[in-house]
Amino acid sequence: MVSWVKRDANSITHDPAALPRFALATLLLILLWPGIQLTEFDPGVLFDPRNRETMGRFLGTFLPLALSGEFLRLVIKSTLETLAIATAGMTFAFVIAAPLSLLITRSLSIARIGPGPGLWLGRLLRIPVRFTLMLFRSVPEIVWALLFVRAVGLGPAAGVLAIGITYGGMLGKVYAEIFESGDTRPTIALLESGGGHIAAFMYGMLPVALPELVSYTVYRWECAIRASVIMGFVGAGGLGMQMELSMRMLNGGEVSTMLLVFLLLVVLADGISASLRKVIG
Amino acid sequence: MTPAHWAAITLMLAAVAGSFVYLALDVGQVFSAEAAAQMWAYVVRFFPPDFSPDYLAQTWRGTLETIAISAVGTLLAAVCGMLLALPASGRFGLALRVAARLVLNFLRSIPELVWAALMVFAVGLGPFAGTLALALHTTGVIGRLFAETLENAPPEPARALQLAGARPAGAFLYGTMPNVITQFAAYTLYRWEINIRMAAILGVVGAGGLGQMLYVSLSLFQQPQAMTIIIAMLILVAIVDAASAGLRRYMEG
Amino acid sequence: MSLKLEQVSLVHPNGCRAVSGISLRVDASERVAVIGPSGAGKTTLLRLLATALRPTSGELNVLGVDPWRLNRAALRRLRARIGMVHQAPPIPLRQRVVTAVLGGRLGSWPLWKALASLAYPVDIIGARAMLERMEIGDKLFERCDRLSGGQLQRVGVARVLYQLPDLFLTDEPVSAVDPALSDRVIGELNRDAQARGVTLIASLHAVDLALHWFPRIVGIRGGEIMFDLPPVRISDDMLRDLYASESAVVPTQTNLPLNVPASGIRRKPLCS
Repeated sequence: MVSWVKRDANSITHDPAALPRFALATLLLILLWPGIQLTEFDPGVLFDPRNRETMGRFLGTFLPLALSGEFLRLVIKSTLETLAIATAGMTFAFVIAAPLSLLITRSLSIARIGPGPGLWLGRLLRIPVRFTLMLFRSVPEIVWALLFVRAVGLGPAAGVLAIGITYGGMLGKVYAEIFESGDTRPTIALLESGGGHIAAFMYGMLPVALPELVSYTVYRWECAIRASVIMGFVGAGGLGMQMELSMRMLNGGEVSTMLLVFLLLVVLADGISASLRKVIG
Repeated sequence: MTPAHWAAITLMLAAVAGSFVYLALDVGQVFSAEAAAQMWAYVVRFFPPDFSPDYLAQTWRGTLETIAISAVGTLLAAVCGMLLALPASGRFGLALRVAARLVLNFLRSIPELVWAALMVFAVGLGPFAGTLALALHTTGVIGRLFAETLENAPPEPARALQLAGARPAGAFLYGTMPNVITQFAAYTLYRWEINIRMAAILGVVGAGGLGQMLYVSLSLFQQPQAMTIIIAMLILVAIVDAASAGLRRYMEG
Repeated sequence: MSLKLEQVSLVHPNGCRAVSGISLRVDASERVAVIGPSGAGKTTLLRLLATALRPTSGELNVLGVDPWRLNRAALRRLRARIGMVHQAPPIPLRQRVVTAVLGGRLGSWPLWKALASLAYPVDIIGARAMLERMEIGDKLFERCDRLSGGQLQRVGVARVLYQLPDLFLTDEPVSAVDPALSDRVIGELNRDAQARGVTLIASLHAVDLALHWFPRIVGIRGGEIMFDLPPVRISDDMLRDLYASESAVVPTQTNLPLNVPASGIRRKPLCS
């Protein structure tokens, strides 16, 4: 039977994981210090008497909710405006994305089936179009909103344009992915039998892809509603712009009413999108 | 195509038309040649971007500030999320579970930007507001995920330890934590990645970082500088995307 | 007197009688093996003794007290004196062996010590000693998911050895260990119990191990005790009767429906 204490050559009495753990912990602490400085992290500010007074007064106004008839009418108007911005913006995005996505979908290219002059033209167009779409969606929508507010003025137009561009980029990429991932055999068959691109698309590709296209677009519409509210903070109209005004006037009651309406709006949008997807999807 | 289909399509088209009408957007005017020319004149002023060493240094500092906001904010959120997740997973009874979940839901329902605007009121302009805003919103998101992970963790190891006389805290640390900690770490890193993008834009309401620099330069009609900031944002996001993709491949490979 | 069960029964909520009318007396530092077919109630009996389950009727006395009359603190102290080896080692797989073994003394350690041990194991030598008795001393700093089933079971035994309990309850502790090694592990458990003068109750699937190492064998079938004898008085007929096939209790796997996510590439996208 083995002896109680078996000492072999590899006997170690210290934890081998201790050193790397210690090193990692030290590294994180070393990085944390400049982080705290850069963010001007100072919990004391929260308790600074001057701030506290303003903050306290502001917080105190959050309840009761502002429920006057006049204000509620304003809120409803802003909410409708937000919905309109999101919907118009998505339409604009669709108008951008639909043709561009077709351009970058490889499955539609006759040239891909065999050599021909179209091959290089197709390739030529595809890359700049992909790049443009990527640029559209990489710049955050709120930055677009800021730019458009400066270009076309305060109000919903800036929001519509901003959503159109950003979401156009997203929709374009995803539409192309949906087209390419579907069953391409019917499309290729139609192309090979001499059908034009458009016929091949309408009868081969579209029926297969339609449910997913609709589903994704509706999901994005939901996101657009949230984005419209947020863009309102930089002047692009809708509920967000109203909220920002109320905040600047330190009217907490109005802010909380609008926050509540925002939450309800999100739930409503979720419901609408669910039923739409059930019908068409 | 069923009647339901037709109804849905009609509804959507009506909504689209209605939106344009409601906003009184004269589509013709927005896309007119005149508007296009105006837009083009505006765009041209952004080029060439300001690449002077001075401004690049400023932009670099703004980028570091943005990263710091996201890092400290996410770290705070991980700690607070963990603390709230314990009651939210039902360990301390139903009443606390409901209360904790309510708090978490409240925190995550309010968008980060709205939190940022509120925090600017609480602590003034600057990166601290952004950090707090990210921390508050992300606590809600992370806390809920942590709570769900805790609820789904196998209970046997902790129960066995309690059967051997361990206190509930000890049983949790030795029996449940090892099973969930990798998921926690992975999700925190994932949220950090998202938060870097967020930290960059929170500044437009005054919460520090690149966003605040962008807002300031646009307000002062310093378009070339604004362009530099936008480019910096794009580069930052691209690097973060690449780094996280690389890290993911390294972890799986 | 170490353990006493008087007409103890346990009826599950669904009406199934896990054990019925069990009466058993075990004195301090006795070593008892429990044998019987699957589903006979061996695990239930051990879990009753470990205070994991509460009897629906009958009198239960563990280490001189009725565990269900104690307050929480006293029950915790009692449990710290009971070391149960589970059939499936309840050890988080990402944990390292050393931490898993040291977890055995959580019942007697203050919280700060438990926390400290997570950062740096406080008793590497002690943990290693137990693992070497189970012949896996070299696995000290391995992660548990790198071990085989038999090695993991031995880590579970090592943890209970480290706990230094006054009562050993082992539920099929070597079911995944190869026969030669099983023999040595059971031998080690017996030696530890004898050396420290503590009680050992082991449920075993391999009857030969039981007959070899234990001076008292309890045969259980259908939740009732069939015999309680030293090995020499047990005949082959008795064993055959014990293990005769009865209407087998089929273990029900929890049949949860497969959770298939909605098909299609595009699930709900994140907004940012």
